[in-house]
Amino acid sequence: MYVAVKGGEAAIQNAHRLLADRRRGDRNMPAITLAQIASQLSLAVDRVMSEGSLYDTGLAALAVKQARGDMIEAIFLLRAYRTTLPRFGYTRPIDTAAMLVERRLSATYKDLPGGQLLGPTFDYTHRLLDPDLAEGAEPAAPETRSEAEEAMPRVSDILANEGLIEEDGALPENREPGDITREPPEFPMERDQRLQALSRGDEGFLLALGYSTQRGYGRNHPFAGEIRIGEVDVEIDVPELDFPLTLGRIRVTECQMVNQFKGSKKVPPQFTRGYGLVFGQSERKAMAMSLCDRALRAGELDEDITAPAQDEEFVISHCDNVQATGFVEHLKLPHYVDFQAELGLVRQMRREYEERREGADTERREAAE
Amino acid sequence: MTLDSIAIEGGFQNPVFDAQTIFRAVMKAMAEPGTVHQGIALASPPAPMTPEAAAIAMALCDRDTPIWLDPALADDEAVRAWLAFHTGAPLANTPADAHFVFSADPEHLIGLENFSQGSQEYPDRSATLVLQVHDLSGGEELVLEGPGIESEARFAPHPLPRHFTRQWAQNHARFPRGIDLILVSREGLAALPRSTRIISQEA
Amino acid sequence: MNAHTDNIAQYNFAYLDEQTKRMIRRAILKAIAIPGYQVPFASREMPMPYGWGTGGVQVTASVIGSDDVLKVIDQGADDTTNAVSIRAFFQKVANVAVTTHTSDATIIQTRHRIPEEPLKPGQVLVYQVPIPEPLRFLEPRETETRKMHALEEYGLMHVKLYEDIAQHGHIATTFAYPVKVEGRYVMDPSPTPKFDNPKMHMSKALQLFGAGREKRIYAVPPYTSVKSLDFEDHPFEIESWEHCCGLCGSTKSYLDEIVTDDAGGRLFVCSDTDYCNTRQEQGFQGPLNSEAAE
Repeated sequence: MYVAVKGGEAAIQNAHRLLADRRRGDRNMPAITLAQIASQLSLAVDRVMSEGSLYDTGLAALAVKQARGDMIEAIFLLRAYRTTLPRFGYTRPIDTAAMLVERRLSATYKDLPGGQLLGPTFDYTHRLLDPDLAEGAEPAAPETRSEAEEAMPRVSDILANEGLIEEDGALPENREPGDITREPPEFPMERDQRLQALSRGDEGFLLALGYSTQRGYGRNHPFAGEIRIGEVDVEIDVPELDFPLTLGRIRVTECQMVNQFKGSKKVPPQFTRGYGLVFGQSERKAMAMSLCDRALRAGELDEDITAPAQDEEFVISHCDNVQATGFVEHLKLPHYVDFQAELGLVRQMRREYEERREGADTERREAAE
Repeated sequence: MTLDSIAIEGGFQNPVFDAQTIFRAVMKAMAEPGTVHQGIALASPPAPMTPEAAAIAMALCDRDTPIWLDPALADDEAVRAWLAFHTGAPLANTPADAHFVFSADPEHLIGLENFSQGSQEYPDRSATLVLQVHDLSGGEELVLEGPGIESEARFAPHPLPRHFTRQWAQNHARFPRGIDLILVSREGLAALPRSTRIISQEA
Repeated sequence: MNAHTDNIAQYNFAYLDEQTKRMIRRAILKAIAIPGYQVPFASREMPMPYGWGTGGVQVTASVIGSDDVLKVIDQGADDTTNAVSIRAFFQKVANVAVTTHTSDATIIQTRHRIPEEPLKPGQVLVYQVPIPEPLRFLEPRETETRKMHALEEYGLMHVKLYEDIAQHGHIATTFAYPVKVEGRYVMDPSPTPKFDNPKMHMSKALQLFGAGREKRIYAVPPYTSVKSLDFEDHPFEIESWEHCCGLCGSTKSYLDEIVTDDAGGRLFVCSDTDYCNTRQEQGFQGPLNSEAAE
């Protein structure tokens, strides 16, 4: 006899226990610590902080561990925590020109004040699996700079001195920066909100879109003007004090893409820019973001909007991987009520189809007789 | 008592649950126009603001909702300080900028069309008016129909803004744009959303 | 930096912070004042995935109080896993009483069904909505659909429905069947089967709709006209079954089809488990139960 399915609660609890067991892995091995994740899988932690839009290496490491290394799941965990945090105010804009730089490169100048600084990059590593690393060999201590640091002006400032690049945008007086987590998005968006959406956006999605602009779907002639990675101070204005309070330092990656622009009757010929900024070290994401930012400025710069990467509503509505994964994965929830409705309709249409065919057959037979 | 202590006292006893109680009363009133909902005097503001109106302000207003006070309230420093402390809501520069409007003297309220009506695309961006009335049953009877009302509803708030039925007909005619009204007295609260029609009133 | 693990479990009553609740509550009030219009709201990330009821959960969390009695259904059933999960969430974060009985609930959160038992005055039905925009599959751009609603320009929807008739002989939409609310806004009833559409019309309960990922809240007050779109020569019809419920014998309820073997064996039972159980308790029997009794 048929018995209705019961015991969902017990099934869920058992599934969660099994998940916890699988997450723990082989119990004969020590459990991985958050400190190990934060220091040895730091780029995973950086991505989780960046797309989770919460800067906290400890919590991000916990999210990575809890998610068994599933990046989007970890990002989701961090977002769900972030949303419960009270909002005290907005910091001052960070000053990336004053960054304590660990890596800096420009593809547009052979040399420039402050020089090129490779830093901890995968670039020029030969991608050969390393048996020594598998054995757990300790690497040699790194070389560090001894001489006093030279100032490193941003490439955009260097070009701006000549007036050859558009200026930094400025928010109108008294305008609080937009926040897509506090206000429902409305299209067309202001660039500040768009940049926030891109910075939280999925690395893979933005990478593919940025790539598509390079292949001609909304080409914008990019040069990697500058990529810099390092630490910056986070400062906040406190009404009682006449100087900003430093809350701490965060590591960020900034990419300034220099793009071609012909100029117009009002504006002399000058380069335009695409901008990327993410928490931690992720130049792939920062570069992809700056390509997308520039592509999305097509309307503002009187360019034809012909390609997916230039379509603001399309890009912004679909770049959030927490939203995307939720909706794609919701298809595994029961849909039997709707399926039943469709099943009934298809059966009815089949009946009507058979009746029509039989009717036609009969007519043909009668005509033939 | 100093102005400071007046401003700080008189809030909700149980902020989370009191706010929920007030909201549910307002929601029910909005969903069933003309019905009266009691038990909402959960705040103790300085006069001339009433406990009922103050409770609504505490439940629904905050930093994100500029409010406009009619002169009877705006001229009272203690009321302004109380609202600022308990809601954090900024005062709107003009009536049209307000998300919420509080009036202690509805009879002399400026015309409803002065408040934000929302746009055709975003009719939700319109003002909610909270009118402190003397009572909800002693005025001329209003017969209501529209969403939330099975056949008709009746109530008799008093006093109301001048030429109220005409003003309300104009407000309803702007649908989906328009303002929504919450009326409070010692009897409780009742609401008139923009979707409600007043079908007759003894003129 | 340390992990603030000791702080993580400290959440407000009903999970959401008070500022968020106020924002959602304001949206709900505007939604009620403009029946069928989708109010944008700053949907929060919830501790369950987008698409799994975050909109409904945010609405319920903003409405619920300690006196409420909550019922959660998915596909009409109280025991489907996602319904169990959402019910457990509110038990945990709001310590609220729960029930499976439709008539005992003050708030019913649902996905894909409206209970068979007519709702009562004072009850609140909260729908989980995946895509709130009824015009979305005709026009994917929000900027365009917003204009259409503003101008009451619904020709595209009628064209779509009429194309169905031209192609199939009848309207081929079986769920999320569009309705017009109070003669003004075309509204998506959420992916309920069209069988449930007539229950929305002049319902005694307040109906609230939450779409978390799409950041929209809308509402139908009690006693509000909700008409399924149709044509004079092709009036709206709901589906019917040749079978009755195998367990309770009902001929008036929406039935789930259960596959009982791999040789075409089928069994039909009520999708609304509370309705079915209540009828069985009252002594009603379907063919399956009477066979078993024999």
